[in-house]
Amino acid sequence: MSSHAQVHVAMGGRLMTRPFMVLLAIAGVGAVTAAVRFLYGIGAVSNLSNGYPWGVWIAIDVVVGTAIGCGGYAVGILVYILNKGQYHPLVRPAVLTSLLGYGLAVIAVIIDLGRFWSLWKVPVYVWRWSHSPQLEVALCVAAYTLVLMIELSPALFEKLRAGTSTGLRRLAERGLTLVEKNFVWILALGLLLPTMHQSSLGTMMLLPGPRMHPLWLTPWLPLLFVVNCILIGFAVVVLEATFSAAAFGRPRETVMLASLSRIAGWIAVGWSVFRVGEAALAGKLGYLNSGYGLAFMAEVLLPLAAAAILLSERRRQAMWQVRGAILLFVGAALHRVDTYLVAFRPGQAFSYFPAVPELLITFGIIAAEVAIYIAVVKTFPILEGPVPAKKTF
Amino acid sequence: MAIDRRALIKSLAVGGTAVAAGVAPASAAVRKTAPPGAMGMLYDATLCIGCKTCVVACKQANDMPAESAANGGLWDAPTDLDSKTKNIIKLYHEGEQESFVKQQCMHCVDPGCASACMLHSLHKDEVTGVVMYDPTYCVGCRYCMMACPFNIPKFEFEKAAPKIVKCELCRQRIKDAAVMGPGGFTHYLKGQGPACCEVCPREAVIYGRRDELLGEAKRRIAAWPGKYYKDRVYGEFDGGGTQVLYLAHVPFDRIGLPDLGTQPVPETAYAVQEGIYYKVPFLAPVGLFAVLGAVIYRNRRADSVGAAEKEGKR
Repeated sequence: MSSHAQVHVAMGGRLMTRPFMVLLAIAGVGAVTAAVRFLYGIGAVSNLSNGYPWGVWIAIDVVVGTAIGCGGYAVGILVYILNKGQYHPLVRPAVLTSLLGYGLAVIAVIIDLGRFWSLWKVPVYVWRWSHSPQLEVALCVAAYTLVLMIELSPALFEKLRAGTSTGLRRLAERGLTLVEKNFVWILALGLLLPTMHQSSLGTMMLLPGPRMHPLWLTPWLPLLFVVNCILIGFAVVVLEATFSAAAFGRPRETVMLASLSRIAGWIAVGWSVFRVGEAALAGKLGYLNSGYGLAFMAEVLLPLAAAAILLSERRRQAMWQVRGAILLFVGAALHRVDTYLVAFRPGQAFSYFPAVPELLITFGIIAAEVAIYIAVVKTFPILEGPVPAKKTF
Repeated sequence: MAIDRRALIKSLAVGGTAVAAGVAPASAAVRKTAPPGAMGMLYDATLCIGCKTCVVACKQANDMPAESAANGGLWDAPTDLDSKTKNIIKLYHEGEQESFVKQQCMHCVDPGCASACMLHSLHKDEVTGVVMYDPTYCVGCRYCMMACPFNIPKFEFEKAAPKIVKCELCRQRIKDAAVMGPGGFTHYLKGQGPACCEVCPREAVIYGRRDELLGEAKRRIAAWPGKYYKDRVYGEFDGGGTQVLYLAHVPFDRIGLPDLGTQPVPETAYAVQEGIYYKVPFLAPVGLFAVLGAVIYRNRRADSVGAAEKEGKR
């Protein structure tokens, strides 16, 4: 999209600010806890059990984490499929958030896998592939992480091109041309793969069907998960853009985010109507009168509340955009956690609440995600705009 | 723009129809049946006296460590199936009703655990139908544990190099081919069959080929009408059928045998997954890829050709 006058620029500024060091410390604690897990086993740091084999690492770090990584997917559909070029400035930061979301989800998977050293066999032993929906998720997530790296590589090449070494400059030119030439199919892959594995994340929870609460067990789970990741994707894009504006003293993209909010608002309405409609048609509304019913209603009402904000005139104010995005994020993420954790009922003999070290790993991963985002945005040309006034965060 | 959108909607509709067409026939797929040589067990709760000899024998046969957490390390007393216990006897007790129940892998005809497994680490033997575990290809994801409706596969949470632990019908003991044994049951030589069945003093649990055991269960129901719950064998059709069959005098769901209906556990997930990806191999993803590529290409060309004009409109 060469029609834009503005260019991607690195934000610059001091890296080792106090908030950044706090984030590094949290990530460091997570890394030490992960080391304990690798030395002494999953049981040493978590409350995972034979009744609850999956906990927050899967439900939050992986299942919500990859949805956070769907900002690039959601904006990509808007810009390249629906041809809404005006959202182009949101693409590159969204792709960065996506790469971080997916990259750290992969790290979380490795921490969670009991026999992680065998993971390389999954893409290699093709002749042993089953039709498990999880195989589809594993292969697609790995492939998508690579695609995201390619999609983001121009940021690296542009930085190298501006450098002093002639050899690197030539390499960067060649890299940029290569990406530019293959742009169409790389991008198509970047939109296909999330559609595939996000829907398969839904399919996955059909297999524990007999032990799932009926409010979350529907053959529509694959569709729900795709729509859900788009909701979370839009919410993350709004939050990320607002955060960048505040942190790096950039002009706010309030007008653009207002029109994006409207789209997200309508999808949220569709989501809630579909959830209630599906439950009603399947005769599951009787379950609403329970604790599970409360969780279900929260998943329906939070996105509706978000839509009420995002579809009103208030969406033109940055503060309300953020409030709407947070409501949307929490409501949609709740559906993921509910499906993977709350709705799974292994019997009264078992209970689960994450252990402190288990949570430390989760917090560490989130902190690492934010820290790497800040570092990359300061170092590489990710955000669009004129060279901003130097401001430290 | 208008043309683009119309083309987009049209192509997406075509893709959607293709997916839907794939899903519909897949859901009507023929259900799996147990292989002709399927081996299994028949447990009769009315005969079991809860002596737990089978629990001890299982531990010996499978070289499992003692589970003494419940009594401070004094003696082996597992309270549930776990990474050290593949077979257990439990007591169900409610008012006047009382029943022992034996728990181990049910060796489902269409197992959820094996459907969950990415590289067939858990797989069903083609001849005996025993659900076997090969740690070589296991990544320790524990999806099998999520997928099993009987909560059978267990995991060594306490180890840095953990494995999945579950009953494999003592397959490691088999050295010679099975022969027809006394009572009309296909048996292995003494010491090569499932240890729990070989030691049971009351023959509350016996083993043999699944069809032989099913016949035996139905003979018992016919001989003592009204003795067994609903005059029914659990596992004949439940969850698509299991190779371990149960007779009991109390409701099955009270002794840990859930009401699964006759639908195999993986059926819905497979109908969706097969419909999208395998019914017409990879039609949906390849088709969607082509559509996405075409739309992106078109938009990009329109964008570069009419860039100036578009800028004006905006």
